Amino acid sequence: MSALTDDTLPASPRAVRDEMIVFVIMAALLVIVPWTGIYPFFVMQALCFALLACAFNLLIGYGGLLSFGHAMFLGTAGYLTAHALKVWGLSPELGILFGTAGAAALGVITGYVSIRRQGIYFSMITLALSQLLFFVYLQTPFTHGEDGIQGIPQGYLFGIFNLAKPTTLYYVVLIGFLGGFLVIYRTINSPFGEVLKAIRENEPRAISLGYKTDQYKLLAFILSGTLAGFAGSLKVFVAQNASLTDVHWTMSGEVVLMTLVGGLGTVFGPVVGAFVIIAMQQYLAGFGQWVTVIQGVIFVTCVLTFRRGLIGEIAHFFRRSL
Amino acid sequence: MQALYAQLLVGLINGSFYALLSLGLAVIFGMLNIINFAHGALYMMGAFCAYFLLNLTGLGYWPALIIAPIVVGIFGMILERTMLQWLAGLDHLYGLLLTFGIALIVQGVFQNYFGSSGLPYAIPDELKGGMNLGFMFLPIYRGWVVVFSLVVCLATWYLIEKTRLGAYLRAATENPTLVRAFGINVPRMITLTYGLGVGLAALAGVLSAPINQVRPLMGADLIIVVFAVVVIGGMGSIMGSIITGFALGVIEGLTKYFYPEASNTVVFVLMVLVLLVKPTGLTGRAA
Repeated sequence: MSALTDDTLPASPRAVRDEMIVFVIMAALLVIVPWTGIYPFFVMQALCFALLACAFNLLIGYGGLLSFGHAMFLGTAGYLTAHALKVWGLSPELGILFGTAGAAALGVITGYVSIRRQGIYFSMITLALSQLLFFVYLQTPFTHGEDGIQGIPQGYLFGIFNLAKPTTLYYVVLIGFLGGFLVIYRTINSPFGEVLKAIRENEPRAISLGYKTDQYKLLAFILSGTLAGFAGSLKVFVAQNASLTDVHWTMSGEVVLMTLVGGLGTVFGPVVGAFVIIAMQQYLAGFGQWVTVIQGVIFVTCVLTFRRGLIGEIAHFFRRSL
Repeated sequence: MQALYAQLLVGLINGSFYALLSLGLAVIFGMLNIINFAHGALYMMGAFCAYFLLNLTGLGYWPALIIAPIVVGIFGMILERTMLQWLAGLDHLYGLLLTFGIALIVQGVFQNYFGSSGLPYAIPDELKGGMNLGFMFLPIYRGWVVVFSLVVCLATWYLIEKTRLGAYLRAATENPTLVRAFGINVPRMITLTYGLGVGLAALAGVLSAPINQVRPLMGADLIIVVFAVVVIGGMGSIMGSIITGFALGVIEGLTKYFYPEASNTVVFVLMVLVLLVKPTGLTGRAA
């Protein structure tokens, strides 16, 4: 059985050096965006989804767990942050903290349930759990059902930074994204990450070596959910609304698609994938439902011919780890 | 009491669809090791097939009941030959991703041409009206759906568990290489199995057309509930899928009567409870 990420190179000093160089290039490119005239809201939105895709990739690429319900973290944190900002009037940093903590709590509960099964069942369970939450949010009053929470005040971060200014907001989102990215990067290169990879490759053997694999998987799930929630909290400041779209299964599917396009189990793949898919949605917005069809075609093409994804193919070609 | 019986009947009907769909998923998973995410989209195609037959060729409900599953089944077999077969030997998750993509394509195309609203499909004349059972009023069509689905489910169970063909199929599920060595064309059986599973989904679609209207997204949410049904029941046993499907439909119907707010979520909540108590599912073996 060939695993989803079959040719990940072992961690080596060269791999780490390559990855740090690419990271610096990526960060530098993102820092100069406000001077390039690129629409900053597009990049901010893409950064939120990139962080979400990276969090998702932590589970699939390094733990071998395909979650088909990551929208539930995005949506839950979004709703909680939006509610805290608009109704309770909390400051942005507390709102983000509240949303992210909510996603972490959700990760504990849903992780405890879903890691009880592996493989295909895990995917179906996470999908069902996120659908459960979708119906809950559809009915509870604080989410305002179909309308969602709209007109969320952006406020002053730490009382100083005015988030209503696009450039300030852009750098706050960028710092949030880079921070989350580094947390994930540190995790996959830590001893904890090595154990996760061992579980992905051969769970029974990891168990026989004495690792309590369920605890590792649960911790990875919670971490992934928390970071996905953090992305959802940031997204509230960009979109200024929180709606049912963010909890719907189509959103979970899009996250899977972004990561697949970029490359499952690659460090930078999810970021590239998120930019590609968000850009595609922007430019093809006029085509209505054909966007769904195109997404489906990309799914099919990727699975049949292009399983390593964009970054995965490049890394494979140059025999580098990216 | 009338309302309770009415909801029970609705529950039984939904249960019929759950049973037909989860049965197909289980059969396909057994042979192809793929969870068919496109199952909901193919169910929808079954309903649309009936709609086209009626409006383009004038063929009514009864021919549609036979033609739609065959047409959609052939479409499924083409999918299997052109795409799914290339996934043999890869991680199971690729099958899920591929069929999810197929579902997006099929649903997107239908949405483009038919929007999101429902198209009406009339109940056939023979099954119109209802009868008074004394304790409740039974619309004949709804009774027919429950009885007919049950018969189809049991026939499928018989085909797989009791016939020679079914024995080949079960053997090929356990050890395809060995069965091939005996001179049985396993790839062809895999294709036919996919066609059978898909055909069952299309049949459910035709049955549901007069009740739920014909909509491009009619299968999209349904398939997620069916996934939960499959997690609860486990995919190890055909009879298990049938019983779980009907039972969950009934429980959902009862919830609609006693606590309507939870009717959308009850199946998922039950899934969580089952996972906490018996992670392998009610009839499943350890994966």
